[in-house]
Amino acid sequence: MLKQGPGAPNRVDVIKNLLQRFAYLGLIVTAFGLMMLGKAETVIVEEVRARINDAFAPILEAVAEPAATVRTYLDEGRQLINLHEENLRLVEENKRLLQWQTVARKVEEENVILRGLINFQAGPEASYRAARVISDDGGTFSESMLLYAGSREGVKNGQAVVTGEGLVGRIAGVANRSARVLLISDLNSRIPVMIESSHARGILAGRNGEKPVLTKLPPGTIVSPGDRIVTSGHGGAFPQGIPVGLISSVNDVSIEMSPYVNSQHLEIVRIIDYGLEGILDRHRLKTDLPKIDPLPKKITVEKTKPMLTVVPKPGSERRPSEP
Amino acid sequence: MKPAFWQHLDLWARNISPVGLTVVLILLNIIPTHIPGYASIVPQLALMAVFHWTVFRPDLFPLWAIFVIGILQDSLSGAPMGLNTMVFLTVYGVVLGQRRFFLGKTFFVEWLGFSIIAAGAAFQAWVLLSAYYVYVVAPGPIIFQYFMTIAFYPILAWAMGRWHSSILK
Repeated sequence: MLKQGPGAPNRVDVIKNLLQRFAYLGLIVTAFGLMMLGKAETVIVEEVRARINDAFAPILEAVAEPAATVRTYLDEGRQLINLHEENLRLVEENKRLLQWQTVARKVEEENVILRGLINFQAGPEASYRAARVISDDGGTFSESMLLYAGSREGVKNGQAVVTGEGLVGRIAGVANRSARVLLISDLNSRIPVMIESSHARGILAGRNGEKPVLTKLPPGTIVSPGDRIVTSGHGGAFPQGIPVGLISSVNDVSIEMSPYVNSQHLEIVRIIDYGLEGILDRHRLKTDLPKIDPLPKKITVEKTKPMLTVVPKPGSERRPSEP
Repeated sequence: MKPAFWQHLDLWARNISPVGLTVVLILLNIIPTHIPGYASIVPQLALMAVFHWTVFRPDLFPLWAIFVIGILQDSLSGAPMGLNTMVFLTVYGVVLGQRRFFLGKTFFVEWLGFSIIAAGAAFQAWVLLSAYYVYVVAPGPIIFQYFMTIAFYPILAWAMGRWHSSILK
């Protein structure tokens, strides 16, 4: 298009040049507009992103598996070298775990009996779904990863992503066969957590590169390094008690936490379906917005119905205290 | 089949290869390697490709391709949509204006030019990111990534140069 030939530029060239310039400016404005739309959390931007991720997910999945295999071989080689030490350590650990097993058995039995005694209602049963991690975290610009599981596997926005060690993050953005998990270290991540020992609730806020910090703790809470942090289950998105991390440092400015999960080594993660809609459901979010609020519609529909006086059956009327 | 058809197809495949290669580089950037901290130290491969091809073959690297590549990078890396797109478009605009300066010069001049432009790109990315989050993002990782990008440029530039001289005639 841009041929540098000899001779003065003719009219066609000038027009071409102008058009090129307009196209350039137009695209810059489009990119800026996309950023603004993305900031406003517009559905279109998320949809476009989801579509693109979906298109590339199979390729990434195909590459991720061999990459993982190679790494496994390397790991095995490394393990062979430390076989003896590892063995000793495991024997030691096994002894300790066996002791714990007896304790756990005892506690479990006791728990069953006590639950029976007080007629305890357990919370909703969580179901798990495994998914392969198919991208590295975004590094400088965002702390998130792509998973090879999407809405066709029943993944929904807001579900918790865990490994055996603890919480990885939450699902933020679902496409048909891929989903993005926002790591707890991301700047946008806010997880309702509590200190396990004191049950003091707070919010875990990510800070991209640095360690996440614990905020919004009730005044007067005593925190010390080494305290275990677990999810509090508030907000209805996460089950209670998923281990998140340990308090690593406490000072006047911030309470830093080091996560249990090292997001750099993730290959397979589990997505928890808790059966709750979660705080991030778009339709529930929409009800907060006056423009797309579906509630007024419902009311008008009800108004058009002929007025009937319904006498409730005895015992079936709603008490005001009931939800 | 007429041979002209295959010749056309061949030429078309060759001409589209710079854009195709850049897409591969974007994928390379985000493949899970499980190297600790890889994502924050991995050089910005797509930026190198955008620079290189804009200097040497802008005819094969049209404006829309830059836009598409930026969108792709943003979508797949999870960055705010449009961020890298704006950075790449800016680099494209600046480089296209200055490309005569780079043509026919030694590799060292090209490298120097790239390091200046990549610095501008890193700064722009940092400003945009901070504005997007309304929070001063720690500049450390971006600076580190910038140095990694400059350090890796000669390798990729060599590879793309070879590609240029052997595949694209």
